[in-house]
This record gives sequence, C-alpha cells and structure tokens, in this order.
Amino acid sequence: MSEQLKVPTMAESMAAGKQPEVLFWVGCAGSFDDRAKKITKAFVKLLNKSNVDFAVLGAEESCTGDPAKRAGNEFLFQMQAVTNIEVLNAYEIKNIVTTCPHCFNTLKNEYPSLGGNYKVVHHTQFLRDLLEEGRLTIEGGQFKGKRITFHDPCYLGRANNVYEAPRELIRKLDAELVEMKSCKSRGLCCGAGGAQMFKDAEPGNKEVNIERTEQALDTKPEIIAAGCPFCNTMMTDGVKNKEKEGQIAVMDVAELIANAEDL
Amino acid sequence: MEYLPNILFAIALALGVGYFARNVKKLIRNIKLGQEVDASDNKPQRWRNMARIALGQSKMVKRPIAGLLHVVVYVGFVIINIEVLEIILDGLLGTHRLFLDLIGESVYGFLIGTFEILAVLVLVTVVVFWLRRNAIKLKRFMSAEMTGWPKNDGNIILYFEVVLMCLFLTMNATDIPFQEMNSGNVISQFIAPWFDGINQNTVTIVERTAWWLHIIGILVFLNYLYFSKHLHILLAFPNTYFGNLKPKGQFNNLEAVTKEVMLMMDPNADPFAAPPEGEDEEEPSKFGASDVMDLSRIQLLNAYTCTECGRCTSECPANQTGKKLSPRKIMMDTRDRLEEVGRNIDANDGEFKDDGKQLLNDYITAEELWACTSCNACVEACPVSIDPLSIIMEMRRYLVMEQSAAPMELNNMMTNIENNGAPWPYNQMDRLNWANE
Repeated sequence: MSEQLKVPTMAESMAAGKQPEVLFWVGCAGSFDDRAKKITKAFVKLLNKSNVDFAVLGAEESCTGDPAKRAGNEFLFQMQAVTNIEVLNAYEIKNIVTTCPHCFNTLKNEYPSLGGNYKVVHHTQFLRDLLEEGRLTIEGGQFKGKRITFHDPCYLGRANNVYEAPRELIRKLDAELVEMKSCKSRGLCCGAGGAQMFKDAEPGNKEVNIERTEQALDTKPEIIAAGCPFCNTMMTDGVKNKEKEGQIAVMDVAELIANAEDL
Repeated sequence: MEYLPNILFAIALALGVGYFARNVKKLIRNIKLGQEVDASDNKPQRWRNMARIALGQSKMVKRPIAGLLHVVVYVGFVIINIEVLEIILDGLLGTHRLFLDLIGESVYGFLIGTFEILAVLVLVTVVVFWLRRNAIKLKRFMSAEMTGWPKNDGNIILYFEVVLMCLFLTMNATDIPFQEMNSGNVISQFIAPWFDGINQNTVTIVERTAWWLHIIGILVFLNYLYFSKHLHILLAFPNTYFGNLKPKGQFNNLEAVTKEVMLMMDPNADPFAAPPEGEDEEEPSKFGASDVMDLSRIQLLNAYTCTECGRCTSECPANQTGKKLSPRKIMMDTRDRLEEVGRNIDANDGEFKDDGKQLLNDYITAEELWACTSCNACVEACPVSIDPLSIIMEMRRYLVMEQSAAPMELNNMMTNIENNGAPWPYNQMDRLNWANE
C-alpha cells in the first residue's frame, strides 16, 4: 500500500467536534470477509482521494439484522435495528453510504419505521454523484476496451430500482459493457440472498451461482463486475468452479475505479 | 305462451347471475378470513397501477409473444362483451338485434364486423395457446404442480372460448335478415353459404339454437370462473389496485415484535408491571403464518387472482436450479387451502372446525420455504402484482419464531449476530482491523 488509509471513526470525529458529511457503513462482510475487505479499502481510497469527509462506526457498528430478518427472525432483526438506530441517532447521522446492497436496503427501507431516518445510498450511487460534482475523475486506463459484464445485485436492482449508477461508472472506464441475457429487472440472483449465504442449498440439480456464472460467461467477459460482497463471493466461486479464474476477474465497481486510478 | 322465451331467458339469467353472486359472496367471506391490512394510502397511485397493469396489460407484454397473444384474447373478450349486452336485452324484451334500430345500420355493421374479426383472432390465438400447452409443451406449463386439475382447467377455458366464438359466428351466419342486410357480416358471410340449400326454417332453428347456446355458454363460463384459475379476469383489477407500492426490498416490520423489543430496550420499563387496563384480554399474537387465516387479506386475494401462468416460477433461481420451490405452487396451495377452509365453514354452519391440517407442511413444506433467496424475481415477473415472496417470508417467520425450526446453519448465523453482531464468529471489537491490515 502506497499510503496509509485515512479511516476516521465517528467517536474520533465527535471528540474533535466535527460532523462528517457521510457515514460509511462498512457492513459485516466488508469488515471481516477477506475478499470483501479489499472492496472496503478500494472504496476508502476513493473517498480519501476525493477528500470526502467521512467516518465509520468501527467497533460501534453491528449487523443491520438483514440476514436474521430474511431468515424469519424478526425479533433478532429488530433488536439489531433498534440498537444500531440508537448509535446512529446519538451521532446525529443524516447520510449513510454503504458498499453492501443488503445493508443499503435494510437501512434505507426497514429502519425508518423503527425510528431511523437517514438518506442512504449505495456506494455506486455515491461515486456517481462524486463524478457528477467533479470531485472524482475517472480515466479508462487499464480497463479501456475491456469486456465487462455487470451482475445486478437483487437488493440493489429489483429491490430498489438502482440499475444505472453502476453501469454509468463502468462506461466511464471506457470499457465495453456487455449485458447478460437476464439483466436489470430480470437479473438472476447469485444465490446468496435471503440468508442462503449462511446455509447449504436445498437439494436440486445445480447451484444458483453456477447458473448465474454460466450466464455471465456467455457474454465472454474479461471482468465480471459486482456491486455486492456476497454476489462477489458467489461469482468468484462460480468462476473457480468453471476453472476460469486465470482469465476472468470478479471485481467490485469500486475496485475497478480504484485500480483505474492506480490507487 | 307468447312470452315463454322471455320468461325462460329471465330465469336462465337470474340463475346464472344469482349463482355467481352467491359464489362471489363466498369468495369475499374467504378473503376476509385473512388479517386486515391498511391499503388506504396513495389512492391516485393505486388507480394508476390498476389502469396501467390490469387495464393496460403493461406487464403482460414483457414477454412479447405470450403478451401480444394475451392482448388479442383480452381485447376480444372485453369488446365482444358489448354484444352480450344486446343479447341480454333481446332475450328479456323479446326483440331481435335491438341495437340495429337504435344506432343505425352503418354503426351497427361496423361494430358487429369488428366483433367478428376479433372472434376469428381470438380463435386463432386460442389455438396457439392450446398448442403451447399441449403440443409445444412450454416448460412453465409442465411443472410438477401443473398436472391433474390445473392442467385440465387451462384447457377447459380454451375449449370454452372456442365454443363461444364458434357459436357467435354461427349465430350471425344463420341470421337470414342480418346476412341480407350485408353489413357487418365480414366473416360470417363466408360461413353463411354452408347453410345454402337448407330450408329457411331449419336455418332459423340453427340460429336460435346458436343464440341460446351462446348466452347459456356465457352464463356457464361466468359460473365456471369461481372454480377456475380464470378468476383473474375479474380479480386482476382489485389485485393490481392493492399491489405493493413500496420498494420490493422493504419487508414489513412486525408491530407485535416492535412492541416487545421497545419494552426490552426501555431502561425504565418495569418487567413485572401489570399490563394496562384493557390490554390483558388481547390474545397473544402469533408470529408469522402457518395457515391461511394468518395471512393478510391481500395475500389471500393474490391467491385467488393467480392464473397459474408460471412466469414467477420460470424466473425463480431456486426453481431454475431444480429445487422444490415454485412460487406459483405457493399461490396455488394458498388458494387450495383457503377453499378447503371455506368448505369446512360451509359444512359446519359458518364456524371453522379444526381439521388437523394447515397450510404449512400439509401444503407447503419447509424445504420449499428455505430454498427461497428472497430475490424478488417472482414478484417482478407477475403480470398482476402478486407477491409470493411475502407469503414465504410469513411462513419462515412462523418456523423460526414459533417453532425454532430454522436450519441448523441459520441458527448458528443468528447466534453469531446475537453474540457478536455479525453472522460469523468474529469479535465486534475487531470490526475496524481491516483499516490497518
């Protein structure tokens, strides 16, 4: 790493009497999963480069409760939600950005009726806004002309109708964006949602991530872009299963941009 | 005796409409077995959705072939029904082609001509639909749940439509004054010659027979709806009106849970305090759904509206990869169980007697419920705003909160969240370690 990441916590900001413009909600995958941590760091590099005044909760962050809710455990979900809302409201948080579509959906849609009202955006929306405001510039660089296909995360796309922000970013890389046969509102799930990430699949004749990976491979991509740490894991496993990991990379949109900028 | 046909017609009409009305009442009673739900918000948006999705068929045409074919039958159905109004009035008043004198020959001819063309288009379309179900055997019509009655139901509807359209054209072709007028008989003029050389009385008898069979056929079809997946022609309208307006990813927060959680989190709450006056009579609420009565009225309306087209199932990632889950089956099971409960109530003087069965396990298995990725593909695919996912989630809630019957791995995941605020066993204090790695 060329330079140390600047990752202020809310506690530090508060001690310094500052209110950052946005809270970066890292999420459990982004905090603990080795692959997802790279996405977290790539996004922080972009935040640092754009001089975004942000902070994280650090050890004060806890699971949003999404997997518990999708598994049917409403009690655990609401316990998590109410605890998190107490922390967020104590820091008077107004804006949240997150790299995880599951956290994004839960914070944005399911926290308000429990007392947590924030403007929540996915990191691809946040980066797109930075671009539009001129705070971030992207040059195609190493991705110029590369065939990239984007896998829509269910909880970003269908669940919240965000289809264009990640695509706009990929186009900015001067890459060739190719669509899978089912994309956007008809995009096929990676197989991780609804708490499936944490259990074995029911008996069937195929794994969902293999089916989706095959759809992605049909587009003959050099890179499969994702916008969700869980989709990333599922697609990475799918590519390995097809023994294509030498030719095809699975990368988060934030990583693509950070790499293009040689960060 | 002059009025005998009028009287017979009035009786047939009263029986047909009356029996249908009786069943509609039953249908409404069954839907009201569900939990009340407030859908009084944002009326303008709800009307717009109904106009766009049900009336305008906007989601049907997402699949262009099936969509356009459906639009033909739909438009045919709606428009040809203007003719039914005339038939009913003729039948009651003893008139013949009442509208002809009212609107004049040219307009009348134009209308009937349009109906005849539509009738032929509907016939062609229905044949294609039949081929898709029985000869081409499209995968979504061949699923496990599409055997027996559901398969026959699909075909019976098509046969009904063929018979009704043929009777309509025959009735026009054998109507001698109408053929002599030679306006509006764009199709039937080619059928009329088949009856050349047969004496006029016989032709008139054929005409009368076709006319009677046509209207009786319509009344029978009307009454068939209640027993069929074809109810969607009526229920698509209320169903799209009551469709979800929130982002698809937003699942409802159970209020009963919120109450308890808030109490647990409130440092001033006295755990031993007696509940306030009046509250103690309240039945402790059941979390989630194990039977149809636990579902919401909108979910039950969804079940009656489902026409088993299978778009949901064909888009479902679990189903595509061979798992047992089929969102269409979730809806069919819900309706079947609701009907069973309804029959139980009918047989027991308006009271439901426990029959030892429920929606969970007797119809929908836990294996199906746990295969769902909650991806919303089924919800997105439904052309009439049905939400199978919400039923799956309610039943998971029951499994987890009432029966502690989650798969073991999910219990581990939830224990981790409870203990250390992450689905994996990492210490919450290490959440920021990545920044220094």
